[in-house]
Amino acid sequence: MDASLVLIQFLNGMQLGVLLFLLASGLTLTFGIMDFVNLAHGSLYMVGAFFCASITVWTGSFFWGLLLALPCTAVVGLAVELIVIRNLYARDHLDHVLATFGLILVFDKLAELIWGAEGISVPLPAWLDGQVTILPDIVFPTFRLVIILGGLMVVAGLYWLVSHTRLGMLIRAGASNRTMVGALGIDIQTLFTAVFALGAVLAGLAGMLIAPITEASIGMGNEIIITAFVVIIVGGIGSMKGAFVAALLIGLIDTLGRSFLDDLFKLVMSTEAAETSAPAISAMLIYIIMAIILAIRPQGLFPPKVR
Amino acid sequence: MAETSMAGAARTPFNLTVSNWFMLACLIALAVVPVIIHVTGNAFWLDIATRLVVLSIAAVSLNLILGFGGMVSFGHAAYLGIGAYAVGIPTYHALFGEFDAIATNSGFFHVVLAVALSALFALITGAICLRTKGVYFIMITMAFGQMIFYLFVSLETYGADDGLVITSRSEIPGINTSNPLAFYFICYGSLLAALYLVHRIVNSRFGMVIQGAKGNEDRMRSLGYNTYIYRLAAYVISGTICGYAGALLGNFTSFISPEMMDWAASGELMFMVILGGSSSIFGPVIGAAVFLLLEQVLSSFTIHWTLPFGIILILTVLFVKGGISGLLERLGGRDG
Repeated sequence: MDASLVLIQFLNGMQLGVLLFLLASGLTLTFGIMDFVNLAHGSLYMVGAFFCASITVWTGSFFWGLLLALPCTAVVGLAVELIVIRNLYARDHLDHVLATFGLILVFDKLAELIWGAEGISVPLPAWLDGQVTILPDIVFPTFRLVIILGGLMVVAGLYWLVSHTRLGMLIRAGASNRTMVGALGIDIQTLFTAVFALGAVLAGLAGMLIAPITEASIGMGNEIIITAFVVIIVGGIGSMKGAFVAALLIGLIDTLGRSFLDDLFKLVMSTEAAETSAPAISAMLIYIIMAIILAIRPQGLFPPKVR
Repeated sequence: MAETSMAGAARTPFNLTVSNWFMLACLIALAVVPVIIHVTGNAFWLDIATRLVVLSIAAVSLNLILGFGGMVSFGHAAYLGIGAYAVGIPTYHALFGEFDAIATNSGFFHVVLAVALSALFALITGAICLRTKGVYFIMITMAFGQMIFYLFVSLETYGADDGLVITSRSEIPGINTSNPLAFYFICYGSLLAALYLVHRIVNSRFGMVIQGAKGNEDRMRSLGYNTYIYRLAAYVISGTICGYAGALLGNFTSFISPEMMDWAASGELMFMVILGGSSSIFGPVIGAAVFLLLEQVLSSFTIHWTLPFGIILILTVLFVKGGISGLLERLGGRDG
């Protein structure tokens, strides 16, 4: 375990954490305000990635891809809200889960019909494609660094939005008492739609940022969305602060666990035992952490005060 | 949704005319039709029938906690996987050596292992999951399901995500389990047993407490019941039955992979329960039948069958309340 590898994996963990926050923030917003569980949130992540990929290929510029894919994802989010989600707010969570599970099937298949089953890779401009020297002898891919910095800027922007704007005030008010906000003359339905579209854009952005690294592929959201669920459970469902802290925590634990757990195990057990058990344990690590945190705090680390 | 069915006679299915006759007809059909299929040599449909019966057991077990206990478990496919690997791993070692302690083809051993491991997993995860409620519970059960999924994905010895081929079926003395019809009737008998067991549980004092806690937990608590323990017991029973179904499924498919415990598989089980109707014991069987039928029919039209399937799922949630058995019940209500 040398220090430079630890630093690199730490940054990789940060990058995963930032992406997880982009996903988890949308989930936690829709849950906090509308009491709605959206399994299909990962589909918006996938849709964002595909929009970005095809626009990038079409225009030849990743920046146009990113810029134009954002409103496209918002439109998809709006359409889904208007056609399906809107009819589900009054239902129980079981109905939410089943209907959005159906949405996942529809999204995955539609994406396959539109963009093909293979997946599309996203070429980066040359200046983003290289590596930067962050410390003497330590290089790190430029684009991953951009993801971390860009993600943190979105976090700051979101913080400003939620705590310093009128929309943010409504969001906070809606999270503590929906009925009262409606009674004060706010069009709650429009607020719901706006928040859902905001969540869709954030999820889409996460997909767009990861697409140059992994490529846009069918079902890409279905794996990471479970991790995003773990994030909001650990952070406390409905809490933005919880989502942020938990996203970084889970991102770091997952990445560092996969890289260093076998080294750690070798300190206390034989090399062979460590090498067989470490992959299994590191695959389960975030769930074990989740179980431990919930055993101590069933409502997560930062449960919202009013629900 | 729950109120009308609660008041209805679905709770004790043996005094409900339309639904009861329907259930009886279905069970008789499930006993007779496969024999005809087998005699006429239609192996494909016997496979479908077997899969139907096995998945029905899993759906019935899920409904015990979902429909009657109000515990929406989104990780139930994990038990199918645990049960299947409890058959696959001993069989693997019986063939390739190592781990002599568990290397066997004995069906008795497989079932005991499947049931014991499922019960253990249900006990550990249930103890944590049941500390939470509502949407937390849904997501945590889902996360634990994925945990088991990733555990098996990381087990290189047993094929990781490529899966594991089960070369021979569990051996039961006196029965030739490789005979498709004999195997079908093992599954069918198991389904009858599972239905009877769930029927007895639901109508027992224990079952009343579970259902009471679904309706109003505080009331049950103030009546002096430790609802946590009751729920945990129901959760473990449900997982155990599903683990048993997993052992059957592993035997039946002869190829097992982590994919069978993916969250999509858990979602499908939930859909079977909701489609059939979660307020009746037999509902999930109807749900499983319609599910498999849909799968067959849609996939014969197009390879992109999950698209219409997803749309049907959404429409079912939006417009069909109480599932198919709910429709039957309303039909029965009009008759009487």
